[in-house]
Amino acid sequence: MSTPLISIRDLHVSFHTQDGVVKAVDGVSFDVMPGETLGIVGESGSGKSVTANAIMRLNFGTQVDVSGEIIMNGKNLLEVDDDELRTLRGRQMAMVFQDPLTALNPFYTVGNQIAEAYLIHHPKATKSEVREIVLNAMVKVGIPEPTKRMDSYPHEFSGGMRQRIVIAIALVNNPQLLIADEPTTALDVTVQAQILELIGTLQEEYGSAVMLITHDLGVIAETADRVMVMYAGHAVELANVDELFETPTHPYTVGLLGSVHSLDDSSRGALQTISGTPPSLINLPTGCAFHPRCRFELGENSLCRTEAPQLHAVGKSRSACHLPESQLLQIGAKGGV
Amino acid sequence: MIYFVIRRLLFAVVLLFVVSFFTYVLFTALPTNPAALTCGKNCTPEVIARNEVRLGYDQPIHVQYGRFLKGIFAGRTYGPEGASVHCPAPALGYSFEYHECVTDLITRTFPVTLSVAIGAFVLWMGIGVGLGTLAALRRGRWQDRFATTFSVVGISLPTFFFALLAILVIVIWGGLLDFPQYTGFTENPIKWFSGLLLPWATLAILSASTYVRLTRNGILEVMNEEFVRLGLAKGVKRRTLIIKYVMRAAMVPIVTIAGLDFAALLGGAVITESVFNLPGMGKLSIRAVTDSDLPVLVATTLVAAVLIVVANAVVDILYGFLDPRVREKV
Amino acid sequence: MATVLEADHVKKYFPTGASKWLLRPTDQVLAVDDVSFKLEAGTTLGVVGESGCGKSTLGRVLAMLLKPTDGSVRLNGVDLATLNERDLNQVRRDIQFVFQDPYACLNPRHSIGESIATPMKVQKTHDKQGRRQRVQELMELVGLNPEHFNRFPHEFSGGQRQRVGIARALALNPKIIVADEPVSALDVSIQSQILNLLEGLQNDFGLSYVFIAHDLAVVRHIADEVAVMYLGKFVEYGDATSIYKTPRHPYTKALMSAAPVADPKIGRERKRIMLTGDVPSPVNPPSGCRFRTRCWKATDQCAEVEPQLVEVVPGHRVACHYPES
Ligand SMILES: Nc1ncnc2c1ncn2[C@@H]1O[C@H](COP(=O)(O)OP(=O)(O)O)[C@@H](O)[C@H]1O
Ligand SMILES: Nc1ncnc2c1ncn2[C@@H]1O[C@H](COP(=O)(O)OP(=O)(O)O)[C@@H](O)[C@H]1O
Ligand code: SF4
Ligand SMILES: [Mg+2]
Ligand SMILES: [Mg+2]
Repeated sequence: MSTPLISIRDLHVSFHTQDGVVKAVDGVSFDVMPGETLGIVGESGSGKSVTANAIMRLNFGTQVDVSGEIIMNGKNLLEVDDDELRTLRGRQMAMVFQDPLTALNPFYTVGNQIAEAYLIHHPKATKSEVREIVLNAMVKVGIPEPTKRMDSYPHEFSGGMRQRIVIAIALVNNPQLLIADEPTTALDVTVQAQILELIGTLQEEYGSAVMLITHDLGVIAETADRVMVMYAGHAVELANVDELFETPTHPYTVGLLGSVHSLDDSSRGALQTISGTPPSLINLPTGCAFHPRCRFELGENSLCRTEAPQLHAVGKSRSACHLPESQLLQIGAKGGV
Repeated sequence: MIYFVIRRLLFAVVLLFVVSFFTYVLFTALPTNPAALTCGKNCTPEVIARNEVRLGYDQPIHVQYGRFLKGIFAGRTYGPEGASVHCPAPALGYSFEYHECVTDLITRTFPVTLSVAIGAFVLWMGIGVGLGTLAALRRGRWQDRFATTFSVVGISLPTFFFALLAILVIVIWGGLLDFPQYTGFTENPIKWFSGLLLPWATLAILSASTYVRLTRNGILEVMNEEFVRLGLAKGVKRRTLIIKYVMRAAMVPIVTIAGLDFAALLGGAVITESVFNLPGMGKLSIRAVTDSDLPVLVATTLVAAVLIVVANAVVDILYGFLDPRVREKV
Repeated sequence: MATVLEADHVKKYFPTGASKWLLRPTDQVLAVDDVSFKLEAGTTLGVVGESGCGKSTLGRVLAMLLKPTDGSVRLNGVDLATLNERDLNQVRRDIQFVFQDPYACLNPRHSIGESIATPMKVQKTHDKQGRRQRVQELMELVGLNPEHFNRFPHEFSGGQRQRVGIARALALNPKIIVADEPVSALDVSIQSQILNLLEGLQNDFGLSYVFIAHDLAVVRHIADEVAVMYLGKFVEYGDATSIYKTPRHPYTKALMSAAPVADPKIGRERKRIMLTGDVPSPVNPPSGCRFRTRCWKATDQCAEVEPQLVEVVPGHRVACHYPES
């Protein structure tokens, strides 16, 4: 086992709002290995974006508390000063956002924006060098006629093309870690397929690790090596992708997999669902945050209702559930796809 | 874009004709008889009637308007034969109150109004945008609270109240400045400056209050945009981020609103000029109202309207240059 | 079976862009361009396609929220164009619309009870007491707690708001519901809840649905017939099972192939058809077959001759010169 590229330990992020303290991320720990793709999946509001933003330290504002450790190359990113942080952002770790329509600065040409990303970390580069780099980056992400298009403004591109430019910006400095937060959610399936393939190809070429955040289990299945499942600010399962889909080891994962619709499933009968809705992050249920929606919950006064389960080994995966290992494996074997 | 500019300018020209026509018609339809002003104390109904004919006020309104327009382009002769006066183009009318061509009156008063407007504009943009930016960047801290208080107080104070207060405190009690007085910039820049300081401040406070709020909210809104977060994620310096990303986007709407406000101010700051007794266009038009000096009233209103129409066109075109998204679409 | 809704060569064009000199625009968006279909009572037509293909516009035309530029819509055999305003209002009850984002169309200052009652108020079908009773009945029906009728939209989650939207659509006992991406904004586990609800209502009340979605898998579950739209046209239309089993239009095939599969093993093995580029502009669609610019089978004929929607096997139509077999 090689050393992790980045280690997140006991990450807590909470927002102070008028209604109370929102515990968006509540004690999450995981590693990203060099060159791997870690998928993070969960329903909306489960804390995926907040986790990603915490790593880049983009949760700015006075009303937010962040604690825990984010260790990259021996440094705790939560403690480095602003100047050092700037040298890391965009250089060692880069980010791709969900909505390509709003992610680019509308007032500058795309060429200018790719160039800026390079120049920040290579201030001595000459004009012709930068131009070369920008053209190269645009070719790599598959923008046709880059010499002509580099002088176009973002609004002159389609959503898919804009996402390619955001990826070009992210990869122009060859970062070790690429965080992609729902990079294809706003795109059509045909374009999604293009973008996912592009990320995969570039990842192979550059050897970057990718943290791919999505709510779509299909995207996870097709891209991730390992998967972290999040629920209400907690990591409930951490598993290799094959394991996760074959034998999920947490009741939430089982429910999630069960409610996926599939193209070749012609059954008209009732779909499996997870009953109820995700809890309020201001008033999290006691014990396991999932217990009010859980089919297997152990009942009144059980651990499920009193003690928050921690991630521990279950089969080949790690699960945060109080049920005995044997029962979890059994549920998973039946409920998995 | 070029088509847009031409189209926009053509539209402005058409609009000018429409606006000038309605201004003219509106005032000519007033119940005062402009001919009565021509003879002063020795007016008899016969004289008035005769002058009415001589001055063309007996003609149908579109003929009058036609002559007025012609006067703008070719100059015009006013008054009864013998005592007639010729105003060269652009002739906007002849004031029997001042016994002067209206164009001369306006060229005399406009520099005053322009001086008042420019200084006030610089001051209010400086205070408004500066304080608004500070408030946004220091959101929730004392700078923000100060700016918010400033803008609430500024908006709720009536101009004349603030002006009188300023005169009382600074001029009469403090003796810090002389009573505001207009001196030509070319004559004595220092006097020009000190004489206009109070009127500037008076006008600026009110507008700045609005701009503090506009700027603050604009910046806060842009700061939540995804492209600003992408800028941060790229490693852009905070200063660069604020200038190149946040301000660039937040200022586009503000610049365009400011253009219109400036044009409105050029039409004459009526209250301020009256309170500080500055011989500007605002004061000219107020006096024209009390004296029922129709030609002056028509002309000043028209100049103000023209300024607004022109400013609107300029702002629209400017918007296209400032925002590439608009540039493309038009 | 009886045909409840029929579209006959329906077109909807929107004027767009500014002309060079005048204010009148010269271009048109061919949002829906010659669409025909029949919807049988108690069945569901699923409409799929990428964004901008005209699905929502078609839905709005069907639900009488937009007038077609050309062609006709027949409800129970009556051509809507022949009706006067009063009769139109009458038939409007029979066809209701459910939006993608119920939040956008629920008045935030109205309690959800008021929102659900709006159609009854507008159509004057119930008195105050009756409305109140009906609202609670409807809330129960869609799985909301009837006691929550005086809560406000922001107090509900996305899935619950969609239930409110459905309850409102049901208020006047419609025969047809046009649902425009009703589950696209929801999480998968919630999507299934809503789909189950819609299917239950269909069984109980014999409703017919036009169900619009961009997610083929969602449509798979609910549709009896499927129409695949591309640039304003149906390119494939027919029996759902037949289409999902053997898609014949290259576009349908590509769409299915692009949809990610929630199974890593299958995902790794299958070969994917990767379409290049984006959907072209509906203002100047390509000549001949509109899909040809992205189609791997396109020939000169595709550029010259527009393929017609023809029945290749019973109940399965395709508009392609070289359909898959
Ligand atoms: N700036 C913020 N202030 C208050 N609450 C926030 C803020 N950002 C996120 N949250 C809350 O944190 C929770 C997790 O959000 P997020 O990480 O964006 O979820 P997702 O998994 O969909 O990406 C949500 O309930 C959201 O409302
Ligand atoms: N009111 C409108 N005015 C002009 N163009 C419109 C209008 N509504 C939709 N369109 C255009 O019609 C096309 C089809 O849109 P839409 O029906 O919303 O597609 P879909 O629902 O499949 O995404 C798009 O190109 C869209 O821009
Ligand atoms: S800990 Fe209990 S409540 Fe939580 S998922 Fe496991 S069984 Fe369900
Ligand atoms: Mg998110
Ligand atoms: Mg739509």
